[in-house]
Amino acid sequence: MKRFNLLWTSLLLLVAWQALALLVQRDILPGPLPVFRAFFSEMGGELGGHFLASAWRVLASLLLSIALAAPAGLVLGQSQALNRIFSPLIYILYPIPKVVLVPVVMLFLGINDLSKIVMIFLILFFQILVLVRDQAAAIRPELIYSVRSLGAGRRGLFKYVYFPATLPAILTAVRQSIGSAVAVLYIVELIATTRGLGYYIYLYGTTLYDYTKMYAGVMAMSLLGLVLYFAADLLHRKLCPWQFQVSEGSL
Amino acid sequence: MIQAHALTFQYGKQPPIFQDFSWQVEAGDSWAVIGASGCGKSTLLYLLAGLRQPTGGQLLIHGQPILRPRPQTGLILQDYGLLPWATLRQNVTLGLDLRRFYGPDSRHAPPEALAADAPARVRHWLDRLGLNAVADQFPGQVSGGQRQRAAIARTLVLQPDLLLMDEPFASLDAPTRESLQSLVLELPGERPLTTILVTHTIEEALLIGGKVLVLQNHTNITPLVLTNPFRGCQPPVVDAAYTQLTTRIRAELRDANS
Repeated sequence: MKRFNLLWTSLLLLVAWQALALLVQRDILPGPLPVFRAFFSEMGGELGGHFLASAWRVLASLLLSIALAAPAGLVLGQSQALNRIFSPLIYILYPIPKVVLVPVVMLFLGINDLSKIVMIFLILFFQILVLVRDQAAAIRPELIYSVRSLGAGRRGLFKYVYFPATLPAILTAVRQSIGSAVAVLYIVELIATTRGLGYYIYLYGTTLYDYTKMYAGVMAMSLLGLVLYFAADLLHRKLCPWQFQVSEGSL
Repeated sequence: MIQAHALTFQYGKQPPIFQDFSWQVEAGDSWAVIGASGCGKSTLLYLLAGLRQPTGGQLLIHGQPILRPRPQTGLILQDYGLLPWATLRQNVTLGLDLRRFYGPDSRHAPPEALAADAPARVRHWLDRLGLNAVADQFPGQVSGGQRQRAAIARTLVLQPDLLLMDEPFASLDAPTRESLQSLVLELPGERPLTTILVTHTIEEALLIGGKVLVLQNHTNITPLVLTNPFRGCQPPVVDAAYTQLTTRIRAELRDANS
């Protein structure tokens, strides 16, 4: 994606927003200018604190899910026997909309950061697990044979084959599930908390009726998703350069 | 160097591919193994590489059973087996990286410490195989011939005394195939090296193999070994004995198929 295109698209969206605001002429849809003004002044104060609280929850669940799902996916991808045992379980659990478990998780873990982190973790965990597992299983046996013939044992294979082979899968999974992670973040922050962007948006939208600030909150939440998405994309490009080269032959 | 004593191998409950198969390879020999697909050519190579274990009998190299890949054995496969995420240079260095990673433990690496000139060998082989210009590209960016050259360089950097090749040139264009075949012919003259090449073409078997092992489609019990005086002779070879040899192999392969 060219930066230039991204810039133009953003501008176009802003123009459309402004046009819509002028057309609607109601306080429930302020134009981008007042919202931006509110966003920048609030980010230095109240909104900034909520942003950090939300960012911490998403980042913690991201790290937790990578730390647990990536090794589990690797093991399942390598071992057909283990995969045979666990794949029906994953098959059943994977499509369950995890967000319906919000009350259950809160009942068990309480109304604290942990339950919120665990909720987002549940979404990310399965996404990463499945992608890493499939990636590890797709490594061609010929590749393993030749690296073993060069002297690699289990540790060597992990370091030189399995880890680099599954890195793109981890980053792809993260990128793909950031949208749902932030969506669930919003939902868990509606419930029994006074910190986080979800709370902020809901408070200003439905209790204090300060729509400009509500939109500033929406913007902050979008920014959180965008920054994480960009970061995952950037890491993918930096850490997996071979996937972004123009190729002469096919892989 | 290699001794198979009453070697037996079968996959699960299928009929054995080898049964009481006894065979010997002298150090320095160049062998070609030929047979139709499914006859066990690759299986024999994987057994020699330590990637499969015999279900019966013994397979020894220098008197030692092969329980795991032996550090002094090089393996080259048809589909290159390069790491897609590493440049050709990094791929060629991989064997040395693994030796540094494990240290001279005589399991994953030879008992001797890595020679000081080892990194120079990477440059030497990249240079000799004409890979300098593409050394910093990824395998996905270069041609099949360049990938196979990199796979060969990667193996030769480790200075093996036994080189196993599983149809290494089958998917290459003719000029690349011919230059790599010449390389395989030259190598044993440069260092003590035993080569075993698995192929399905008679011409290639007779070009590379001083001895040719013909495998049958059913269970192999007695090895059929032909001595080939035409090693190194580029086809077309016009000689009655050569024609006789090809006719014999063709007949054996046809019998094996029926």
